[in-house]
Amino acid sequence: MEAAVFILSLVDCCALIFLAVYFIITLSDLECDYINARACCSKLNKWVIPEMVGQCLSTMLMLISLHWFIFVLNLPVAVWNIYRYVKVPMGNMGVFDPTEIHNRGQLKSHMKEAMIKLGYHLLCFFIYLYSMILALIND
Amino acid sequence: MSTAGFNSQNGAGTGQPYSNGPSQNPVGLQQLPGAGYGSGHQSPFNLMQAKAPSPSVPGHYSPGPFQPLPPGSPYHLSPSPTAYPAPQGQPLLTAPLIGRPPSQTPPHSASSSPGLRLIPAQPTPPPPPAVSSSSYHQNPLQTAAPAWHYNTSQPTMRSPAPMILPPHGPVANNVNPAASLAGQSLPPPPLSSAAYNTSPPSPHLSQTQSQPQGLGMPPTSLHGYGQPGSAPPPMNPMAPHTYQPIRPAYGPPPTGPPPPMRPTPPPTGPPAASGTPPPTKADGAVAGNGPQATNSYNHVDSKMAGLAQPGPPGRHLGHYPSLPPGYQNTSGPPAPSPMHPAMQAATQPYTQAPQAYQQMSGGPGMAQLSPSLASMSLQSGTPEALRVVNLLQERNLLPPTPISAPTPCLTQDLQRINCSPEVYRCTLTSIPQTQSLLNKAKLPLGLLLHPFKDLSQLPVVTSSTIVRCRSCRTYINPFVSFLDQRRWKCNLCYRVNDVPEEFMYNPVSRSYGEPHKRPEVQNATIEFIAPSEYMLRPPQPAVYLFVLDVSHNAVEKGYLNVFCQSLLDNINALPGDSRTKVGFITFDSTVHFYNLQEGLSQPQMLIVSDIEDIFLPTPDSLLVNLNECKELVQDLLKSLPSLFQKTMETQSALGAALQAAFKLLSPTGGRMSVFQTQLPNLGVGALQSREDPNQRASAKEIQHLSPATDFYKKLALDCSGQQVAVDLFLLSSQYCDLASLGCISRYSAGNVYYYPSYHHQHSPAQVECFQKDLKRYLTRKIGFEAVMRIRCTKGLSIHTFHGNFFVRSTDLLSLPNVNPDAGFAVQMSIDENLVDTQVVSFQAALLYTSSKGERRIRVHTLCLPVVNSLTDIFAGADVQAISGLLACMAVDRSVTASLGDARDAMINAAIDSLASYRQFALTIQQPGLLAPACLRLFPLYILALLKQKAFRLGTSTRLDDRVFAMCQLKYQPLAYAMPMIHPSLYRLDDLTDEGALNVNERTIPQPRVLQLSVEKLSRDGAFLMDAGTVMYLWIGRNCNPIFLTQVLGVPSYADVLDNLYVLPEIDSAESQRTRALIGWLRDQRPFYPSLHVIKDESQLKASLLQHMIEDRTDSALSYYEFLLHLQQKITK
Repeated sequence: MEAAVFILSLVDCCALIFLAVYFIITLSDLECDYINARACCSKLNKWVIPEMVGQCLSTMLMLISLHWFIFVLNLPVAVWNIYRYVKVPMGNMGVFDPTEIHNRGQLKSHMKEAMIKLGYHLLCFFIYLYSMILALIND
Repeated sequence: MSTAGFNSQNGAGTGQPYSNGPSQNPVGLQQLPGAGYGSGHQSPFNLMQAKAPSPSVPGHYSPGPFQPLPPGSPYHLSPSPTAYPAPQGQPLLTAPLIGRPPSQTPPHSASSSPGLRLIPAQPTPPPPPAVSSSSYHQNPLQTAAPAWHYNTSQPTMRSPAPMILPPHGPVANNVNPAASLAGQSLPPPPLSSAAYNTSPPSPHLSQTQSQPQGLGMPPTSLHGYGQPGSAPPPMNPMAPHTYQPIRPAYGPPPTGPPPPMRPTPPPTGPPAASGTPPPTKADGAVAGNGPQATNSYNHVDSKMAGLAQPGPPGRHLGHYPSLPPGYQNTSGPPAPSPMHPAMQAATQPYTQAPQAYQQMSGGPGMAQLSPSLASMSLQSGTPEALRVVNLLQERNLLPPTPISAPTPCLTQDLQRINCSPEVYRCTLTSIPQTQSLLNKAKLPLGLLLHPFKDLSQLPVVTSSTIVRCRSCRTYINPFVSFLDQRRWKCNLCYRVNDVPEEFMYNPVSRSYGEPHKRPEVQNATIEFIAPSEYMLRPPQPAVYLFVLDVSHNAVEKGYLNVFCQSLLDNINALPGDSRTKVGFITFDSTVHFYNLQEGLSQPQMLIVSDIEDIFLPTPDSLLVNLNECKELVQDLLKSLPSLFQKTMETQSALGAALQAAFKLLSPTGGRMSVFQTQLPNLGVGALQSREDPNQRASAKEIQHLSPATDFYKKLALDCSGQQVAVDLFLLSSQYCDLASLGCISRYSAGNVYYYPSYHHQHSPAQVECFQKDLKRYLTRKIGFEAVMRIRCTKGLSIHTFHGNFFVRSTDLLSLPNVNPDAGFAVQMSIDENLVDTQVVSFQAALLYTSSKGERRIRVHTLCLPVVNSLTDIFAGADVQAISGLLACMAVDRSVTASLGDARDAMINAAIDSLASYRQFALTIQQPGLLAPACLRLFPLYILALLKQKAFRLGTSTRLDDRVFAMCQLKYQPLAYAMPMIHPSLYRLDDLTDEGALNVNERTIPQPRVLQLSVEKLSRDGAFLMDAGTVMYLWIGRNCNPIFLTQVLGVPSYADVLDNLYVLPEIDSAESQRTRALIGWLRDQRPFYPSLHVIKDESQLKASLLQHMIEDRTDSALSYYEFLLHLQQKITK
């Protein structure tokens, strides 16, 4: 059971890592002028909800399986993702707004956020991996 | 080699032997169709001018070989190969002078031209800055005028030396058509040398007062303006002449950057420095008067004198009444006037310049100064911009004349060719070396641009290869360096590039091997005709689509008549060529299309009621060629107003109409003009009313500044992608949710026009306004499918953009349409230290399709010095640009955070920068609120912004009005936004012709600008407040009966109509002066400010009083209180 939880989390985490990498690549494409803001934002906005769901999923899994430490580790990121989504002004076209992204260093802060998430997911990945192995051994 | 030809279309037609009007083409002649660039004047001095060596960068090229060139060397010399193409419709022929709205004379511009103000920075008598062949396209302001003002030596015109005076004949000619008519177009050569020789009593026709002592201190000014102008200091109750040496104290030698404000005391230096030409700056009136400029200094002065005399006591410019008396005396000479020397200097800076120049300056004056000044005089090296001003003590900070941009502290050669401040302004004319230095200064770093401004002298180059840097794609510009004949170094990325073979040939001089003399390298503003590499598709035709609201509400407003009539009147003036297309869509709860296909006997209306899924009924015949179907279009316009006369439809399906219009335009791109009179309430894009009128005044926080839906934004981005721009005309007295609707224009690079109380019968003033705006809108120049890229020197980067456009990638602005009235602003940061660089450059390149289907690139390059001390940064601060940029930033902040945040941020900006100045830049600590002279208006502008419609709190402001004010602040170029921020107040009942400008044979009186305080209004006067988009003429109860009868045409105050909005045309001097002034103010901007005559009991009086920025209101601090607040925060 526990092993199953961690395997699921591991898969989820892999997906999130890929997503973070995808975000970074797309944003840097925009930075380097390979794609325009409109295309970039519509690409990224598509993945905001999946990312949120994925993050919430692993958080819920940890809660259900009563792994408090990992749950607490996951919670802030899940909350941040939800907050970010909810706080989008009505007039904006999503978390990534093509008209705003070049203003006030938003591009940089998005980039930074994606980097931090990547690091965080990598950390989680190893924790899940370790826990999974531990669980498998214990089984 | 398709030689970089300057083939001309009309330059060739001028049959004159030497049609070279180097650099100063008379404006009048400019407007002659068919007259090429230089068809100009036939003054004998032209030759000289052509020969005058260009004061070019030493080492780059020597003027020597150029001199003996035949007189015709400038471009216009002869037919085709050497003249620039000047296609019809090009601004070069018809548009007004660079840097100024139509009908303004160069003279005026000359005053603000950098060339003039640069001179102080030049330590040695320079060769006359101007007039080399290279200056052919130069703004005349930048070239001839300065030279002619500042010649210190006494060269005669015929001197062969490099000090040749630029001929002032042409100057006169250009600058002042009126004057030239008066027979002054060719003043005798010696006149020029009078510029700085006080003695010669030259024949100045327009001198209103006789001033026999030439440039000396005119007695009139002493007595007349006594108080502010020339009060002798207390300890020096002597004749004016003894007074003069004092000047140097507050006009330190011209070592630093020249003073930013126009009326500055002439920096007459100590003898050592006085080898320089007196770096006086010319006032508008001064430079404006061409020939008589020699002693127009006096002229200004006497104008002051004339003005002050009749002034009522209230007009004495005094200190704050509430101040303790002792305090008033600390800085200023107490005697006859309470006026501070700064003001004295400001009011009559020009009189003593020449004298001081001749005298040994320094000595006696110093001792006689009051303490605070004495302390300043210690820092005798300080430029005027850094003079310490105690804001709490000096009340009269406002200069009496309009403020011009500060001049960057560059060498004269660079400054001469630098981009005009009308086009390009930087908040800091000295760029800090590092970001930390910038952070320390606490001033925003940014550029304000007006890239598509109507220019009259725009060099246009046709060339098969446009020379650009190979790595950063910068266009070659005057600030690149040539390593040798064959290589040039990019000034933005420092890459060394090869000079293409084609570039080696200079079509101007028709010589080979002078790449540095090409027009691209001689003009900071230039336009290229782009070859086919710059086209993604064939240039689009001009396409205009009009989307008209015809609901009941719209018919009630009655705008259709005015619109149709305006379009009928201007249908032939719409910019375009034979391919021009037009189309019409009307909408209420359904969308109506008009089939205008050739062959129909009358327009056919097609109604689509499926607004959820809009489609085009006949996609081919809705947009028709204007020339082929003109009759049908005219028929439609004639019948349209009556067509919907009886409509009872109240709903508005704007969203669907916009979608339809987008579909119609997307194959070609073009301009969509949307006229809307109510909140769209049907179908897609329907909006709800979000405003609670009861909360307008009381709300602590303003809600709903951001859009309610992303529909309009998305559609705007779609439009932008298809090169469609949407201009929105909103005529509604009810809430229309401009915050949401405005997005459609904002991101598609359109504009928003807003007429809140429009009604065809009840508000004639707004109708007039709408008519004039429409006329301008329909006929102004337009560029299609444009993109603008702003590049800056490596190390600097742009991080935020303000204006109407879509930022497609990091530095590329997508502008489906670009119009001459659009302004842009960007904020910059310093990413890498600029330690090794002396100067940085900014280049804005605007690629567009002209209405004639030509692909063109307009390139502006600005060069600014890099400094490493905080003092220098402060000295170069441009207070107007800073305020303009802060306003843009505050609008952003209001939308993303809250209005309160934005207000706090603005106040903090003032506090931080002044605190930083006090902490780091000030050597001598004094009590009080200290600011450098160049920032002395900063707190005033901040307060003005806080009381501006966009940001005010506590006063009832309709949400749409507020949002519109915010749009204006972001979108208007600085020159037009400034009066909206800080209106100008003039007294009208005592206008005189003294110091008047001469524009197109009209005399424009130049009354002094008064402070915005009710205290300045007096019951026996009449005052004009120019608040940008609106003007108020306030009539005092006991107003001068002459004014009432001669200007307003009524016998007494009681007879003045309450809703008067036009001044009657009375054939009296007073009336003519008043109307000339108002007309001139109107001509300066592309929109039409309506005039409201206000009496004491008028309803509009409240709106006038709201503009009285220096006064206290229920909810806002007075200026003095605000200063105290700042001081408290700073010293805390």
